[in-house]
Formats: sequence, structure tokens, C-alpha cells
Amino acid sequence: MGLLNLFERPRTFAHGIYPIEHKALTADKPIRRLPFAPELVLPLAQHRGSPAQPGVRVGQEVVRGEPIARADGHISVPMHAPATGMVRQIGLAPTAEGPKAPAIRIKVYEGASQQVLFDLERDLDALDRASLIAAVQDAGLVGLGGATFPSHVKLIPPKGRWIDTVVVNGCECEPYLTCDHRIMLEQTAALIRGIRLVLRATGAERAIIGVEDNKLDALAHLRAALSAEPGISAEAVQTKYPQGAERMLILSLLGLEVPAGGLPADLGVAVYNVGTLAQMGELLPRGRGLIERVVTVSGPAVRRPGNFIVPIGTPVRFLLEQVGTTPELGEVILGGPMMGMAVASLDVPVTKGVSGVVALERADPDLAERKVYPCIKCGECVHACPVSLNPSLLGELAAAREYRVMAERYWLDQCFECGCCAYVCPSNIPLTQYFRIAKAINREHREAG
Amino acid sequence: MVTILTAVGFMATLGLTLALVLVAANRRLYVYEDPRIDQVEDLLPKANCGACGSAGCRPFAEQLVKGEVEPGKCTVNAKGMNQIIADFLGVDLGGGEKRVARLACAGGTHVAHIRASYAGFSSCRASALVSGGGKGCAWGCLGMGDCVTLCGFDALALDRHGLPVVDEARCTGCGDCVRACPKGLFSLQPLSHRLWVACKNLDPGDEAEHECEVVCTACGRCAQDSPEHLIRIQDNLAVIDETKAALASTVAIERCPTGAIVWLQPEGGVLKGRDARRVVRKGALPVG
Repeated sequence: MGLLNLFERPRTFAHGIYPIEHKALTADKPIRRLPFAPELVLPLAQHRGSPAQPGVRVGQEVVRGEPIARADGHISVPMHAPATGMVRQIGLAPTAEGPKAPAIRIKVYEGASQQVLFDLERDLDALDRASLIAAVQDAGLVGLGGATFPSHVKLIPPKGRWIDTVVVNGCECEPYLTCDHRIMLEQTAALIRGIRLVLRATGAERAIIGVEDNKLDALAHLRAALSAEPGISAEAVQTKYPQGAERMLILSLLGLEVPAGGLPADLGVAVYNVGTLAQMGELLPRGRGLIERVVTVSGPAVRRPGNFIVPIGTPVRFLLEQVGTTPELGEVILGGPMMGMAVASLDVPVTKGVSGVVALERADPDLAERKVYPCIKCGECVHACPVSLNPSLLGELAAAREYRVMAERYWLDQCFECGCCAYVCPSNIPLTQYFRIAKAINREHREAG
Repeated sequence: MVTILTAVGFMATLGLTLALVLVAANRRLYVYEDPRIDQVEDLLPKANCGACGSAGCRPFAEQLVKGEVEPGKCTVNAKGMNQIIADFLGVDLGGGEKRVARLACAGGTHVAHIRASYAGFSSCRASALVSGGGKGCAWGCLGMGDCVTLCGFDALALDRHGLPVVDEARCTGCGDCVRACPKGLFSLQPLSHRLWVACKNLDPGDEAEHECEVVCTACGRCAQDSPEHLIRIQDNLAVIDETKAALASTVAIERCPTGAIVWLQPEGGVLKGRDARRVVRKGALPVG
């Protein structure tokens, strides 16, 4: 076997970067539960698509696990109460994106039980495909890796296509984050149940779990558990950022490139995060909804970093109080440091898409001296861009406000804002920020017609 | 000799034939263009700002000559010049009133809290994409001057509290700042409308006041004091009914506790009501 490995195609993609991992802080910390925050904030738009419609009144008592908001259409999911308590307010609440958005605030009863009281055991084997997909929507499942796209939508391929391969994303390429690592180690049975459900719902023949080769313990653990599971395999992929991006992982595992402007479904592939599938395997047989998720809380400003099961809607402030922070607490990022969102207020809640809370220390000398120099055409960004764009050229076009040219001639819409170009730029040009502005302005123009 | 004559004769015939083709083409393909278009274009400011709704001054001149628009539509031209165009074409000046950009925020650094410092590159757009920019009020002006950079008429400048101030004499109402502001704080308003709610915060009273001293708390006093539903309270914000602007007077601003509703002075500057909280602070509030 050893020699044959030499002839195997290396499971990776071209370009990309190798940021410092910082994963040792939490990689060996088992998943623990946290107490309830006194008040939970549940934005109605925690997922892509149309926001959920509130189905409760102010003053109403809700039980942990009870549905509190309905899905609004097909590309939408319902919401469930993460804790037993009373609806205090339905109104505007701060979000990580910035603008205040409608949210349901639940005052949690003191001493409320962690036991889920609202569920409905059911026999999934008796369900047909359509009811299984409906059950996934009813569970409020979205992509827990951070994309928050409703999971059930991906189970139905576009007309004329079918899914033959399910790619399970266990890469976790962002620095600091280890929640998926722990899920693969600790929630293996639920994960495999979830994969089986997706295989049934899509009719796919095989599933491949992609795990970065810095998590070989998880890989070995999965392979042992999968020995009795035909059709499901686990493969190591190179540790490289952004290996966990959908397109990159498909390229690494299957050698297929998703066409520009296309979807993985065009190749007969559906990609799911391990966290999503573990929740699916956990929730669906019991008829429950998504009310909590595993979150890595880490970073230099955190005293007791770890992986925690956090009820959706827990304010970041409460989370940081639980783990303790150093007096130098500075920037707080939801998600990983590469693609995550720095928050302006600690009152924003943990939503379905938050895989990590990274607290950095203030007075980062790097930040203080981040002077922007002109582009020296070194080409580092071109070499780093995983989707083979020319960030240098795009950056100059952005400075000249040629946003339409960027989109129409230089494939701006292929950029998924991984941040590799800005990371490697020796001139400190904030390329990714430029592209995000350009995309926001183009979006506004399209909406204006 | 014969060679020379042949050559000259040939060239002459060729030249004559081609000249005849050109004469014929000129007759058949001639496009009449109204000479007044050029003359009108010369009377326009040639700023090509698009405020009139046309792509530039030339298309506007074409529409003027065709009688599709009124000269008053051009907001950049001096009033007298528009009158000259109107007289030249023998039409009414029309065009209604000049509109200017107005900012619906008064939360400068001395009255509005900044909760998180933004360290990226200096642009409102960029900072708005990072969790809204760090200002306590999610609706408020970020004060990095994207609008000032974009204004082609030098009509905007940041004051010492980081708020853009509109020079109404220079503002042409082209709408560039309306599109530039990531928070959507600018809008074009008729010049004569002087009553203005300088706030967009939709939070309920106390919560809003916690972030900014000149916020509209939706107390409703302006709505009570003004006649015939000129002002209504909608989503925790006072809203002026533009169709009833003729009824507006300084009575509406007198009892405002924060000074969020103001009377804009024609000569520049704002008049606050007598009950408005006095702001004596000159420097910026600390971040946090």
C-alpha cells in the first residue's frame, strides 16, 4: 500500500495559503454544555432566503424545542425555542452584519431544564423521500459550517440533474476552529446516521468525508466506525486554506471543477458540513428542531478556551463571561479569523451559522502599522487565489470604481471572499474588502434595475 | 505625352465620378439636425451630472428642443441661464423647485457613541460591511466621508464632528451622495422645505437615547404641535408628510427634547427648539 500511495493523485487543489493554525488551544477539549443565558435573542433571518415568520405572541410561554417561527416559502426554515421561558419582545435586535433586524427575545426561566421537552419520536424508515425532505426543513436545519443555506434545498437537485455523490466537509480549514474536529470524534454515530439520511433523500450511491490531514485522529476514528458502512468512506486532504470551501473540496476529493456560475449539483455532487449532518442524525429520528450547536470559543484573549454546545440566541457577551476573558480583550470575531465577521457589539447573538467565537487581544502591533502601499505587481495574490482570479488587477479596477467591468470581464462573482489575496499582500492592500464593496454596489445596481 | 494625358484623364474621370457619388450620398443620407440643439447645449453648464434625468447635457438639449422637458429641470444652471434658454425656445421655465441633498442624521462624534473602533481602510462602505461600522446607532452616519469624496460639485464637507454638511447653493441635486451613503441617509428634498427630521433611528426611546443624544425618541410632541397630521410617528420615528409641507412652521420643533427635528436656516445652519437639550461638549465621546 505504501508504494502505491506514490501514484495517487495528491488530494488537494492548486493555490491557497497556509495560515498558522492555533488549533492546539482547543483540539483536545471535549464538547461541554453551557448554562442558559438569562435572555436569548433569535433573529428571524439566521439563514439564507426569506426570514422566518414569527408564530408566537409577546408574553407567550414557550417550551424548549417548541417551534416559534414558521418557514416562509421553500428557501426558508422554521425556528425553535432553545430554552423554556417567555417571549419578552418581538422587535429589532443587533446582528453581526450591522443593521438591526427583527428578532424574537425569550426570557429564560430560572432553573429551566436542558432536557428537550418538545419532540416526536418517529420511524424514519417509513417516510418516503418527499416527507424526509420536509422533515429536514421542519427541523430548521441550515449549513452549520457558516453558509447557513437551508439544508433541504440541496437535497432536491435542479431539474434534469441528479446527485450521485455526497461530499461531507470535515476540513475545518479556518484557524482556531475545532468544533467539527470534536464532532467527528464525539458525535460519530449521529454523523453517520445523518449521512445515511442524506444518501436516502438524494438517492446518491456514495458519500466521501473529507478530513484535513491535521486531524488524523478523527480520520482514524471515522474509518474504524465506517468499516461496517458500505458506500461511505473517509479521505484525508491536504491541510491548506481554503480546503473547506465547497469548490475546493470537490476539486480535491473528486478532481472535478464546479463550472463558474454553476452549482455542485451540476456535477451530481451535494456538499454538507459534518456539523449539519451530525445534527440531522441527532434531530430527525426524534422529530426535534435545531436549538443548539457546537461552537469553538478560542483566541488569545480567552482564559478557558473550549468547544461548547451553545443554545442558539446566546449573546456573545454571556458566552465570553462563561469562558473568561483577559483584560486585553480586543476584536471579537464570529466564525474563523479568515472569513468570520468582527462584531461591533457583544450583544449580538450566536446564530445557526456561527461555528466559532474568536477573541483577539487589543493592541495588535500588526494592526497599528498596517499602512497600505501601492501594488508592486509581485503576483503573490494571483498565486494565492484558489479560484484563479487576478486580485491585483481587480484591486486596481476597484480603486478606479470600475465595478461593472470587474464583474463582467474579470469574474468578480467567482470570488467567495476567502481572504487569501489580502493575507499574502506585502503592500497590505485590503483586496478582499475592495471586492466585498464592489459586490455590494453591483448587487445594489442589479436590485435598482 | 499620350501617357500623361491618359493618366490625367483617368484621374479626372475617377475624381468626377467619386464626387458625384458623394454629392448623391449627401443628398440621400442627409440628416437634418436642429441648429438650436448646439446653441442650447452651449447655454447648459456641461456638467453632465445627470440630475435632470438625462444621460448628459447633449441629450438634455435634444429633449429641450423637442419640447419634451422644461429648462427648469436643470438644477445646475444659474436661474438666469435657464430663463434665457426658456426665452430662446419660447417655452415656460417650468421644472418646479430646486432639490438639494439632506442628511437624516445629526449624530456627530460629540453626541453619538462609537462602540467599537474600526481599523480597516477609511471608507464608509468598507466599515459598514464590518458589523455595521461600530457606531452605537445602527442607522447613523459613519463620518468617513464617502459622500464628500464623490461629490463632484464641492457641495459637501465634513464638519469637525465628522458629519457631512450640505452647501445648498452648490448642491445640484444630482443624487451621487444618495447612492454613495451605505446607510441611505441622504435624500433629495425641495429647497423650500425647511422642517427636517435629522434622524433615522428606529429603536424605541430609551434604547435609542442610550446611543445618541440627538436621536428621535418618538415622543410625539412635534406631531401633537403641528397642524393637520403634518407629522406622524411611524416605527419609532417622526415622519413629515411632504404633501403638507406648506403647513410647516417652527412650532413643530419647539418642544423636541433632543433636537432631532430642526428648522434648516436658508443661509445655512440649523435652528433647534427651545426645549432641545443643549450640547456643550466640543470634543468627541470616548470609544466604547
